[in-house]
Amino acid sequence: MTKVMVAMSGGVDSSVAAALACENGDEVVGVTLKLWGGESDSGCCSVSDVDDARRAADALGIEHHVFNLGEDFDEYVVAPYVKAHSVGLTPNPCIECNRHIKFDRLLNRAKALGFEKIVTGHHARIVKQKDKTFRIARAADEGKDQSYVLYMLNQEQISSLHLPIGEMTKDQVREKANSLGLRVATKPDSQDVCFITREKGRADFLRQRISLTPGKVVDENGSEVGQVEAIELVTIGQRRGMLLAGGKEPRYANNIDIESATVTVGNTDQLLVNQTEFRDPFWSSKKVEGELLVQTSAHGKPKLANLEDGLLVWKEAHSRVASGQSLVFYEKDQVIGGAIAI
Amino acid sequence: MDIYLDHAASTPVREEVIQAMMPWLTEHPGNPSGSHRLAREARRAIDDARDHLALLVGAEPGNVIFTSGGTESDNLAIDGILGAKGGQALCSATEHPAVLEPVRESGGIVAPTDDTGRVNLESLANLLDSFADISIVSVMMANNETGVINDINTIADLISEKTPETMIHTDAVQATSWLDIAETSKKAHLISLTGHKFGGPKGAGALILRNGVNLAPVIRGGGQERERRSGTQNVPAIVGLGEAARLMQVERLKINERVTRLRDKLENGLIDKISGVSRTLPKGTPRTPGIAHLCFKKIENEALLFLLEDKGIYASAASSCASGAQEASHVLQAMGVDLKTAGGSIRFSLGQTTTEEEIDNALIAVPSAVEQLREFEK
Repeated sequence: MTKVMVAMSGGVDSSVAAALACENGDEVVGVTLKLWGGESDSGCCSVSDVDDARRAADALGIEHHVFNLGEDFDEYVVAPYVKAHSVGLTPNPCIECNRHIKFDRLLNRAKALGFEKIVTGHHARIVKQKDKTFRIARAADEGKDQSYVLYMLNQEQISSLHLPIGEMTKDQVREKANSLGLRVATKPDSQDVCFITREKGRADFLRQRISLTPGKVVDENGSEVGQVEAIELVTIGQRRGMLLAGGKEPRYANNIDIESATVTVGNTDQLLVNQTEFRDPFWSSKKVEGELLVQTSAHGKPKLANLEDGLLVWKEAHSRVASGQSLVFYEKDQVIGGAIAI
Repeated sequence: MDIYLDHAASTPVREEVIQAMMPWLTEHPGNPSGSHRLAREARRAIDDARDHLALLVGAEPGNVIFTSGGTESDNLAIDGILGAKGGQALCSATEHPAVLEPVRESGGIVAPTDDTGRVNLESLANLLDSFADISIVSVMMANNETGVINDINTIADLISEKTPETMIHTDAVQATSWLDIAETSKKAHLISLTGHKFGGPKGAGALILRNGVNLAPVIRGGGQERERRSGTQNVPAIVGLGEAARLMQVERLKINERVTRLRDKLENGLIDKISGVSRTLPKGTPRTPGIAHLCFKKIENEALLFLLEDKGIYASAASSCASGAQEASHVLQAMGVDLKTAGGSIRFSLGQTTTEEEIDNALIAVPSAVEQLREFEK
């Protein structure tokens, strides 16, 4: 019997993951992380999510604990998120949470407490290669695939991880929850960033933490064509919210200069680039060069590129990747590594 | 074997208490506010309990207000005095949230404590000098996390000398098992206690007043408890609370002596066996016998509690928030303990039912759990 710790968020995916771990005959303990102490869509301190997780654990007959990793979350996820916006970068809070919280703090704690593996409800699969190394692979449910946010896992981490719902579609997960009588069976999927409420949004969250600077919008010739309320909130590729005067065709933000509080806009063609620089490359097992598939956002389509001399050269011109965004490298449907766009 | 070392969170209900309560769950339907015989029976039962509490605290039975527990008693003390007299409330930084929250919400003053978590008399005196309208000062008798004891009578002397009109409230919830409340709360005007911290049931507590204290009700309705706390009394629980108070009067000293010895054995044993363990309170600090509050170097209390639970030992760290997660302790913060040290602190709390065998087992299990965690860290 394998002793496993299931990270239960209170959602249907991780609840079913826990159920499957039980069915697998593992010795299962559920854990919910208390990460954010402020407002969220599920109330202060996410109490209702913790309750949902606890009741799911009760229904499965497993023990359930709450770990408070709030300080780490503030330090490694929230503060960098705010910092990134303040300097005009696009943060990836879910990736940072996986990197520092779930697959570092939680995994280490699980090991220290004598658990062999942790189980999560991510929609992704783990595949073993001929050379015995592991890779994260896309989920059976393409639309729900979360392999992108798991690119930072190394061999040791992947070998300590179990992803039981990766082979299931979301509908199958809900059916399973329903057949087990779990009341989270119909709970809506969580959206976006867990520490930002739908009601108040990102702008309000950031306004309480950093001063936001109004900026001007210029075209490729440098003539002013509009304004933005906050330069820190503009993302590369953005089209709306820039109060653009006139214009026949849609224009997109293709450059953001925080220093001068200036957004440069242009048409689709001007947004396209042939290559993308990156930093902090990471490889799941070994370094790969040459042709690979690159995905530049959580639900984006992977595109072919050549990795040469530390530079990604796109096979076909690619829309500009926002600085700070994660680039995840795939071979077919398997994650082989990733990096952060400069 | 389950080793329950969380008596400061809640004590097991004593057998005598259960026996006293049972008839009031199974036989007697009466509402104590009614007028017929069955109602009068219920009335008599809660008035007998009132007598026991009055005796325990050295108060008039008519000044015992039954509540749903410590939180309600504390809220009623603060809001009730502010409601009746106006002015500002002041409390110490290490109070239970049941006091801190109403004080903060009313715009009151939170006084700093010294490094043992006891109210600092000098800063209290300064605050009394700088604010003219403090109508109530609330200082807990014994702290729920560390067990440190405030000398309420000395604090009361200081307050009466400076501002004689100020009411003094003490939350004696954690002291009832261990101290002679009648004596230690002699100069306080309002005293909170709750049954489940000394062998009684959950859901029954009391706010006890000294003669002449007026307070505005918080819960209004049928005017029960002499118009000070409306709502049909929880008869079985109040009967249980009364019985627990009666037992405490008789057995307190004996329990104290035994628990002090077991607590010292646990503390000394853990400090001997495990490196980097220290008492959170400096030696010689006045404290209740039931709590061994220890700091474990390079240990995360959440992880240690998890392993201890695996070994059948139930203890706690600081206080839990609504989600069930361990929160950083405001008590240790007020004492000036840094976050890292506080994050390695554990409260083992003993009580009337704690046995020598349990302590012996804890002295084996705790070191082995600490060793497992430290081994992993290497």
